[in-house]
Amino acid sequence: MADYATATSTGATGRRTSLVRRPSGRSRFEGAIKALLFAAAAVSILTTIAIVVSLLTETVAFFGDVPIGDYLFGTKWTPQFGGDQQSFGVLPLIWGTLYLTGIGLLVAIPVGILSGMYLAEFAPRRVRRVVKPLLEMLAGVPTIVFGYFALTFFTPEVLRNALGLGVNQFNALSAGIILGVLVVPTIATLVEDAMAAVPQSLREGSAGLGANRVQTAIRVVFPAALSGIVAALVLGASRAIGETVIILIAGGQTANLSLNPTESYQSMAAFIAATARGDIPTGSIEYETIFVVGMTLFVFTLVLNMISIRMVRRYRQVYE
Amino acid sequence: MPENVTEQRREQAAVAAIAPAPMATQAPVKRDVIFDVDEISVHYGSHKAIRDVTLDFNVNEITALIGPSGCGKSTFIRCLNRMNDLIPSARVDGKIVYHGENLYASDIDPVQVRKRIGMVFQKPNPFPKSIYDNIAFGPRLMSARPPKKGDMDEIVERALRRGALWDEVKDRLKVNAFSMSGGQQQRLCIARALATEPDVLLMDEPCSALDPISTGRIEDLMMELKQDYSIVIVTHNMQQAARVSDMTAFFTVELHDEGRSRTGAVVEYGETDKIFTNPDDKRTEDYVTGKFG
Amino acid sequence: MTGAQIAARASRSVIPKAAGRDRAFAGFFRALMLGAIGVSVLALATLLYDVARDGVPKLSADFLGSFPSRIIPSNSGIESAIYGTLWLMVVCAVIVVPLGIATAVYLEEYADRTKWWNRMVEVNIQNLAAVPSVVYGILGLAFIVRGPLSLGRTVLAGGITLALLVLPVVIIVAREAIRSVPSSIREGSLALGATQWQTIWKQVLPGSIAGIATGVILALSRAIGETAPLLVIGAAVNPRFNPDGLGSAFTALPIQIFTWTQDKDREFVDLAAAAILVMMVALLLMNSVAIFLRNRYEQKW
Repeated sequence: MADYATATSTGATGRRTSLVRRPSGRSRFEGAIKALLFAAAAVSILTTIAIVVSLLTETVAFFGDVPIGDYLFGTKWTPQFGGDQQSFGVLPLIWGTLYLTGIGLLVAIPVGILSGMYLAEFAPRRVRRVVKPLLEMLAGVPTIVFGYFALTFFTPEVLRNALGLGVNQFNALSAGIILGVLVVPTIATLVEDAMAAVPQSLREGSAGLGANRVQTAIRVVFPAALSGIVAALVLGASRAIGETVIILIAGGQTANLSLNPTESYQSMAAFIAATARGDIPTGSIEYETIFVVGMTLFVFTLVLNMISIRMVRRYRQVYE
Repeated sequence: MPENVTEQRREQAAVAAIAPAPMATQAPVKRDVIFDVDEISVHYGSHKAIRDVTLDFNVNEITALIGPSGCGKSTFIRCLNRMNDLIPSARVDGKIVYHGENLYASDIDPVQVRKRIGMVFQKPNPFPKSIYDNIAFGPRLMSARPPKKGDMDEIVERALRRGALWDEVKDRLKVNAFSMSGGQQQRLCIARALATEPDVLLMDEPCSALDPISTGRIEDLMMELKQDYSIVIVTHNMQQAARVSDMTAFFTVELHDEGRSRTGAVVEYGETDKIFTNPDDKRTEDYVTGKFG
Repeated sequence: MTGAQIAARASRSVIPKAAGRDRAFAGFFRALMLGAIGVSVLALATLLYDVARDGVPKLSADFLGSFPSRIIPSNSGIESAIYGTLWLMVVCAVIVVPLGIATAVYLEEYADRTKWWNRMVEVNIQNLAAVPSVVYGILGLAFIVRGPLSLGRTVLAGGITLALLVLPVVIIVAREAIRSVPSSIREGSLALGATQWQTIWKQVLPGSIAGIATGVILALSRAIGETAPLLVIGAAVNPRFNPDGLGSAFTALPIQIFTWTQDKDREFVDLAAAAILVMMVALLLMNSVAIFLRNRYEQKW
């Protein structure tokens, strides 16, 4: 009970405690906890710094050996050759990345948006209960499995046998389409989230004016969710650009600057994984190519991600 | 026995200053003061939420804080147990003297303050644990030596009895608190607050989320509790304030800057009977007669 | 004229019929959407069929219990790959669980969001979550295998690399779980005289642990399937031994699958399919455990 005479009291245990704070073990402990937790959070900052530093140092070393103009504007990528034949123009790698991503998005954007729209606006509960887990399963398949599928099934049995296309063993069509399938669940779920976030009042307003559900979905909900949908597409593109194994296995290892989907192409990520095989000597020009291409890839995805984050923030703000 | 004679003298002087010595004839009831609130103002960032509140809260009485929405009653009551500390942009100016200590002195530990001054919230917030563990949570925080099992059982029973809940739950102390009704949960929260042996109970609209029957039971509980505790209650329900409280403070909103900023302030403070039947200020009269609010 | 006569005169009803064109388009569009869903379903089904067709014949106890051979497919197995994956997972989990939870607790409970450095930490984590996995491999090669840490091509290096890769995901998931604990619980705890850390340790973490565990398991299952970073840091190819310590060379299931997929010999390629089946069963198990945990233990406020 409280003792009114002094600024102390007996707490539940009957011991006296003062209101006045002493620099107790307790508050020093609390301060230490906060510092420890901040140190943990700092690890993420350190990771980014380490990535940037490791990429940057070797990139700088590379540009000591190869003029930056040759790298950025050269059209032949043949680092494995010697002497006169050796060329470090990165355009074929960038082109290969964009070409394969382009084919992939050609598949993933319509399939992803339509799937997302269906799940958000039309799917009855029973269908949803089946389809959503299937999409999640597809999202959980490791990319190596997709690579296996592209090389051993899609190229020989679908493209060659069923469709009769004369494609190379390693070709852009196969790698690109399977890349698209990889990205579909990412786009579909984000599109679904974006459209589901649109307030019901807009749909009701449209229905009240006599629109059917398809018209409402296309003319009202879709435009209202547009920045979230674009963010989904940008994120899908970023994932496709960074994808390595599918292209490594099914796209081949030849850097190519043409427009023929039956030929083999190489992306930036695939080149890095193909070249960096554990026993590559530090400081060699090959070693440096891993980093300069890695830096290029990192910059690409960083820009795309910042765009996507900004768009997501914008669409969330509108409705919260 | 008091350990510090200087502090004892200081406290006696403080009490004497507030409660004048009884006169020979008709004496105003000598009341001890539990909170001596002096010019409290609260800012959230640059916005002044309440200004210059000066009140005395009496021991073993129920003091009601009434007034329209947004007039700062909740902000004020949270000053009494340093809960406003949790809001980063909040700044509290002024003094609150409790047992001879200014709660806002720089060397006061808010954590210790909250062990002495209990709080019950508008929406019952039991922990997702058993009834027993909910009650035991506060006592278990005693850093020096948490109570042993046998002692803890007693503490839990005592708290639940004080909270008028013991008979209903004594056979199911291990049941999850979430399975109780809203009214029971709120009584659990009251019992939980009492388990740390505070001498003050702050109640921020404790019945507004409850049905009328539960409300009635909690009001009865409050009348019992005031024999041992000092209670401050924020309420929107004027009838409730009139029913249970001994003293009432009426808050209002002052508009500044052509209505762009609102600051809360106390209009009138006095015996509940007087406030509700014969208030001094017209604004009080308008509010309690329902002309606005 | 009577109303009935007027109505009889009117050749059209007051309520127009739905335009046939609109209905046709709506039907067409619905078919299109179902087609899109069908593409995903078909892709998944074909993929599973292909892997099962190639791989099931190769599954056997020997397959699980022998080491890979470079020459004789029928003697090859994934024992070293399985053990390598297990070792990597343990190292990864030991690093990522405390680090991820600690970061999430800091960001949700302590960080003042008006301070720029805290906002930078948040944005940084979102960026790290979207960095391609091969770049994490480069980080591992330059910093962990060689460079400052110089751990060599070891299990420890692989585990650290994978931990850094999935750390952002764990942080994001843990934050969501912590955020789902209502602030009324924190207020109630603090009003009883608990300190901030006591509130976190006794109320917030216990209330969010189911969500955190689910997220961690899902993040780890993602790490199991990663190939690119392990390729770059130099996982061993066809090792005929299991890892015997943190400093040991290693392989992993995705690496073994990758090696076999590229073999000229069709027999080896089919072994890759069998290994895929093993890996996917493991993933299915992990995901089921995660979903079970979530359904059984998730706190509903």
